[in-house]
Amino acid sequence: MPLWWPLLLASVLFAIGVYGVLARRNAILVLMGVELMLNAVNINLVAFDAYFRDVLHSGQTLALFTIVIAAAEIGLALAIVLMVFRTHGHIEVDELRELADRDVA
Amino acid sequence: MSAVEIVFLLLSLVAVGSALLVVTTQHLVHAALWLVVTLSAAAGIYLLLAAEFVAWVQILIYVGAVVVLLLFALMLTKAPTGPQPDLTAKQAVPAAVIALLVAGLLGTTVVAGFQDVELDLDDPVVGSAGVTGDTIFTAWVLPFEVLSVLLLAALVGAIVLSRGSTGSRSDGGDD
Repeated sequence: MPLWWPLLLASVLFAIGVYGVLARRNAILVLMGVELMLNAVNINLVAFDAYFRDVLHSGQTLALFTIVIAAAEIGLALAIVLMVFRTHGHIEVDELRELADRDVA
Repeated sequence: MSAVEIVFLLLSLVAVGSALLVVTTQHLVHAALWLVVTLSAAAGIYLLLAAEFVAWVQILIYVGAVVVLLLFALMLTKAPTGPQPDLTAKQAVPAAVIALLVAGLLGTTVVAGFQDVELDLDDPVVGSAGVTGDTIFTAWVLPFEVLSVLLLAALVGAIVLSRGSTGSRSDGGDD
């Protein structure tokens, strides 16, 4: 199998995740886009691990670490999302603009 | 074309198709369920690439925990179950353009850079639980410990955040 097959798959999945993050309004759907991007990176890491046949298994170990960090990230992010829901009553990210500057004047 | 290549192409098709459905479907809960399909296809690809332990961790953590967390969050934010036509922002078209540019740039880069490189999957060193455990607890033990502290910090942070300002604080908070 050519090495660029899994790398191209990872690129496509990453781009789909980028679209999800940019285009979705619901904060939980944005987080799903982030998960897609993290998975694309993992596919890259595992593919290069299989290619280099590293004795330290750097790629697979870093993929495991990425999964752990993704789990920590999703736990914290969902806590924040639930807090936003409690204070605003919705989680539409394009309506959360209290931090925007343009309404000041 | 070998059997591994055919299975890889099928899994790739499943992963890309379900990922597209994750970011385009109008049902909130369906998006989470399509994410399960994407993540499972990725786990199958890990298995093909001889990363056995990573594949099972992917199933356990992502499919088992992360998606369940997402579904819980959807439930707690009173997500409607019917189709929602307004799930995509008005900037969907520029977002799609940017995503296509990202895909084009990354894709051409990796294809141009690794065009002639062959990934030899015959007789690989399978990353089984034993092999992975050996490497993590010999070469990678310090990052592993740092990660455990990170997880603890995330846990404490999530608890503090979800207690919110309604929790009574002993030091007489501003609430």
